[in-house]
Amino acid sequence: MSSPFWIHPALIFFVGAALLPLVPQRLRKGWLMLVPVLAFARTLFLTSGTFGQVHFLDWTLTFGRVDKLSLVFGYIMSLMAVIGTLYGLHVKRAGEHVAAWIYVGGSLGAIYAGDLLTLFVFWELMALSSVFLIWFRGRPESLWAGSRYLLVHMAGGVALLAGILLHYQATHSLEFVAFDVHQPTLATYLVMIGFILNAAVPPLHAWLPDAYGEATFNGSVFMCAFTTKTAVYALLRGLPGMEILIPLGVIMALYGVVYAVLENDSRRLLAYHIVSQVGYMVAGVGLANTSTEFGRLAFNGACAHAFAHILYKGLLFMGCGTVLHMTGESRFTKLGGLYSKMPWTFLFTLIGGLSISAFPLFSGFISKSMIVAAGFESHKLWVGFGLMLASAGTFLHTGLKVPYFIWFGKNNCSKEVWDRAKDPGWNMNAAMIVASVLCIFIGCYTPYLYRMLPFPVDYHPYTSYHISETLQVLLFTALGFFIFLKKLVPEPTISLDTDWFYRMGGRAFLWFAQKRVQVVDNVVGEIYRLGGLLPLKATAFLVGLFDNYVIDGIVDGVAAGVRGVGNRLRTAQRGALQESLTLAFAAVVILVIAFIFFF
Amino acid sequence: MKLVQLIEFLRKRLKTVIWICCAMLAVLVVIDALPFLVDKEHAHTSAEHLPGFWSVFGFIVCTLIIFLSKWFGHAGIMQREDYYDE
Repeated sequence: MSSPFWIHPALIFFVGAALLPLVPQRLRKGWLMLVPVLAFARTLFLTSGTFGQVHFLDWTLTFGRVDKLSLVFGYIMSLMAVIGTLYGLHVKRAGEHVAAWIYVGGSLGAIYAGDLLTLFVFWELMALSSVFLIWFRGRPESLWAGSRYLLVHMAGGVALLAGILLHYQATHSLEFVAFDVHQPTLATYLVMIGFILNAAVPPLHAWLPDAYGEATFNGSVFMCAFTTKTAVYALLRGLPGMEILIPLGVIMALYGVVYAVLENDSRRLLAYHIVSQVGYMVAGVGLANTSTEFGRLAFNGACAHAFAHILYKGLLFMGCGTVLHMTGESRFTKLGGLYSKMPWTFLFTLIGGLSISAFPLFSGFISKSMIVAAGFESHKLWVGFGLMLASAGTFLHTGLKVPYFIWFGKNNCSKEVWDRAKDPGWNMNAAMIVASVLCIFIGCYTPYLYRMLPFPVDYHPYTSYHISETLQVLLFTALGFFIFLKKLVPEPTISLDTDWFYRMGGRAFLWFAQKRVQVVDNVVGEIYRLGGLLPLKATAFLVGLFDNYVIDGIVDGVAAGVRGVGNRLRTAQRGALQESLTLAFAAVVILVIAFIFFF
Repeated sequence: MKLVQLIEFLRKRLKTVIWICCAMLAVLVVIDALPFLVDKEHAHTSAEHLPGFWSVFGFIVCTLIIFLSKWFGHAGIMQREDYYDE
């Protein structure tokens, strides 16, 4: 079944982004709210089926494969786009909104993609558009962090594309369905590498804290939701039950916790906890052998946790982003004691912290426990206990360390930071309120989330044992936190991670290029000089005569004309390089999409 | 601003707050030990039937995370902030 009149939710974002720079300033805020709300409404009214099929060369591309799995991810992605746009509503630079919306559109495009080629195109679009959210921060560090982000994602994209091509060669099908995970081929592994790079599985994760710690205050709010969770979606769709993902997921969950102890920057700490939380989902995908009961529980759990995670992590990034936006500082060693200046931001961040820590009545409690329970039920005790251990670490950092060292603890604020600190404007508060309310609502009213999940849910989180177990682990972790508080005081350091290899590797290459390659270059240069340059000089003399008398006359005339045009253009040019780049990029995206649809 | 007043109210009575929290921890363990309040049918291993198993787990794990991570960090992972600068 294919209908030509099917409106893709991503299309709403693309058109909205393309028109945004043309919308007059006084209508800008209305447009900024209208577009994501329309897209969200569109996802609410989607019905299951296959839509938007386009024949391109020998292939049939499917833009709209709508089923329960893509519905739940599409729902939460477009909801988060509403909250994220509301949060950054006061940002004046249109380019930032354009980049964010193309990024969201890329994510939605990947989620509803029914074939691997469409998936790949939108997958790359996400990386290409989100890098602007880092560059817009405008610091020299952001430029480098963005470039590294792009390079790493391009490498992942190449692995994914290679996997897709090998898969096509073997099966002659581009349909995006579950791979045969029991007999994985090279193609399966390459696709998996492409997916897990975006899911930030160590050692392919270092791009995440690097980029999210360096992005703009609201850029990180978008980034923390879309890239990794689209990857979780792709893993659920393509590789459910792939067993190697179980240990990888547990390692991830613990890895993020260890680095979070060491981290001094609040947003980098949160980024490491994305690694940790996505670890639960990746382990869930590994357990999700849908022919078993615990596998279906794990499948549901990974979906539910991704859903809950997008909201509470968005909330946490909004809280810490607010501190950065208002004070200009995100490091614990430069903050502290801010509760009297930013009490509401504290409250919202705390709600995010309690949600991620899976406190009863908060969203994490009903989603995370599904994966942990599936781990225990699959009789892999190390999975269950490993993830419980990570839960303690999550509360230790996100629930306790972040709020304590920003809003309480020793006041390390400089006078400037202290004077600037206050609760933010109405739109940022409103976005945090919406996210907070949703976190609590999901935790209290379980059918809201459980009804959306792909498989029927026969799981009850609110048993006396589960509540007792969770409260004991969390509250005794809190006891440990306060006993060893001195040990946990943040230090003004950065932590080396696997990005060390490519950051230092790049430098080694540069050194090699300067020293060794230069020698070769000199030798080759000498050969050229003797063999080629001397005869060339003689010819050049003759050509020079011709040039002087004939060509110059023409060129001078043209140059005068160009200079005149250039002078006029200069008055129209605004000099905002990043903005111009984003707009140019947006135009290219629109052209490509128009080309696919209309030719 | 009511929220600030509440926080300051609690901070002024920090000793009392700490005592209440400790009492809550104790109550938590006691409740866990009472079979008619906490049904351990859902437990996955026999160790979990011990009263307060998860309390001990939580505390030990928290201590381990703190000390092992810090040891790992000080073994060369944590560097000064300008480490990557030229």
